[in-house]
Amino acid sequence: MSKMPAEATANGTHTPHSEAPMTTFVSQAGHEPLPKLPPDPVMETKALNVFYGDFHAVHDVDLAFGRNEITALIGPSGCGKSTVLRCLNRMNDLVPGARVEGEVTYHGQNIYAKDVDPIAVRTHIGMVFQKPNPFPKSIYDNIAYGPRVTGMKVDSMDDLVEEALRGAALWDEVKDKLKQSAIGLSGGQQQRLCIARTIATKPDVILMDEPCSALDPIATARIEDLMLELKDDYTIVIVTHNMQQAARVSDRTAFFTAKPDKTTGNRTGQLVEYDLTNTIFSNPSDQRTEDYISGRFG
Amino acid sequence: MAPSATVAGPPPSGAGLPASPPDLSPRPRPGETLIKLSLALSAGLSVLITFGIIAAVLGPALSFFDQVPIGDFFSLHDQGGRGVRAAVIPLLIGTFLTTVIALALAVPLGLGAAMYLSEYASPRARKWLKPTVELLAGVPSVVYGFFALFFITPVVLQGWLGLEVNFTNSWAAGLVLGVMIIPTIASRSEDALSAVPQALRQGSLAMGANRMQTTLRVVLPAALSGVAAAIVLGLSRAVGETMIVTMAGGAVKNNSLDPSEPHMTMTAFIAITAQGENPVGSADYNMLFAVGLLLFVVTFVINAISIAIVRRFRQAY
Repeated sequence: MSKMPAEATANGTHTPHSEAPMTTFVSQAGHEPLPKLPPDPVMETKALNVFYGDFHAVHDVDLAFGRNEITALIGPSGCGKSTVLRCLNRMNDLVPGARVEGEVTYHGQNIYAKDVDPIAVRTHIGMVFQKPNPFPKSIYDNIAYGPRVTGMKVDSMDDLVEEALRGAALWDEVKDKLKQSAIGLSGGQQQRLCIARTIATKPDVILMDEPCSALDPIATARIEDLMLELKDDYTIVIVTHNMQQAARVSDRTAFFTAKPDKTTGNRTGQLVEYDLTNTIFSNPSDQRTEDYISGRFG
Repeated sequence: MAPSATVAGPPPSGAGLPASPPDLSPRPRPGETLIKLSLALSAGLSVLITFGIIAAVLGPALSFFDQVPIGDFFSLHDQGGRGVRAAVIPLLIGTFLTTVIALALAVPLGLGAAMYLSEYASPRARKWLKPTVELLAGVPSVVYGFFALFFITPVVLQGWLGLEVNFTNSWAAGLVLGVMIIPTIASRSEDALSAVPQALRQGSLAMGANRMQTTLRVVLPAALSGVAAAIVLGLSRAVGETMIVTMAGGAVKNNSLDPSEPHMTMTAFIAITAQGENPVGSADYNMLFAVGLLLFVVTFVINAISIAIVRRFRQAY
């Protein structure tokens, strides 16, 4: 796996102005060409609409997330990409007044059906948040928390903790201080701990909500490397503000934008274009996508 | 004419260059000094008053121990002969009994109310319930005393539960004491639980934990220092409360641990004895201060122990 120089992320979302499509950011994720649409999607959204009270946050999103692929959701602030992500494991249930219409399927099952337990959904679809949020417990207890609360049958918790920490490329840094508080770790280590904590429950899908936006470029590069390793075992959906990051790690990219309502002026997020990352960044079919990735707005 | 008007180039950063270096020397701000002084005074005054109270209690308390041997004070039974009934252990037992009963009622109920308000209640329910719970804290303690004496003992304990309790007893006093401190524990614990960052709850729920697990294993440990402070505050109020135990708890020094019997607490002793006519400087008069000092020490020790416990177990976020 090749590493991007850490400095590349330091620019944040500001890409240089350029008339030509950005061919410099070519996905390094896939080696063989992928079909245009994921052939065997793990998750799909169908006519997904989200409301917060009267506010229509997301309009008619149809997406499919392929097995062992990384899908990036990009777009300007307020375009609804995080809202869509939080629908994928019913974290929007926790927002008072949130309402979801349409379908989100996981292996063909609508997770918003009446007889679906959101807690069961979340054991299969884990989530890593924008700001690292380790529990104020020991490193060990952070990892063991998920298996304990979900009642996972575990032969050896010690082995599971080691496996999860190795999986998140954190083991060597923390193996001598497993009993120390996770709050003492650096931001990047905390975020890798949160990833380790998520994979300890052996989920199927990992959702990441701007996982690197609170981290420095070096820590960001490590998380990106980790994502590329994790996709062998997991299906990953990532929301990012950083277009270079989307280009570096993702197989497919969905571009969202916000459309103001003519009467109310409320901005409703919508999906503009969904395609292979290479296509989105080199030959987008929608003018708005091209404007955004070339830095003309957003 | 300003020559720079026609010169191309970057515009000046400000309105123009000053003729002389700008004046950055310190300016006198008398208002600021005055405010700082008066704030320091108010902070200092409360400390001063506390020390003043300690000094005022300490003097007569020390002369009490000149008049009465300390063994007579820390004794289960009044030693006759010296004209003063000095035994304090029965009073400690009375305080201990009523406080334990109060906490046994108020900690589960108060914490339960706090967990419900903070973790389960809808924002609208919370908006109504929390002030209502806090309203209980505003009920005068004499009303609680009445409630214990004329409702809890005759109706609840003797009537509904059919217990054979004395007219004044520690059950009634302790239970009503517990009711009195529920809002303190509930409200303060709720503040502590609500202050735990939402990100921790989301992290827990995203791992497939349910609400109860999230509350008990993540939120409560993170809020432990605030919750413990709430309980200690309630406990201090229970130990120091006078009216309820004086009215409903009895005025008998009693060494039995049976709460259906009357027990005089330290505070009830002070309230009752202070009404008697004891000449200043007499052993009876000075004993009030000795018991007051003991009360102060008990509260202080409880505080110190709880701080140590919290330091050991809390999970700082």
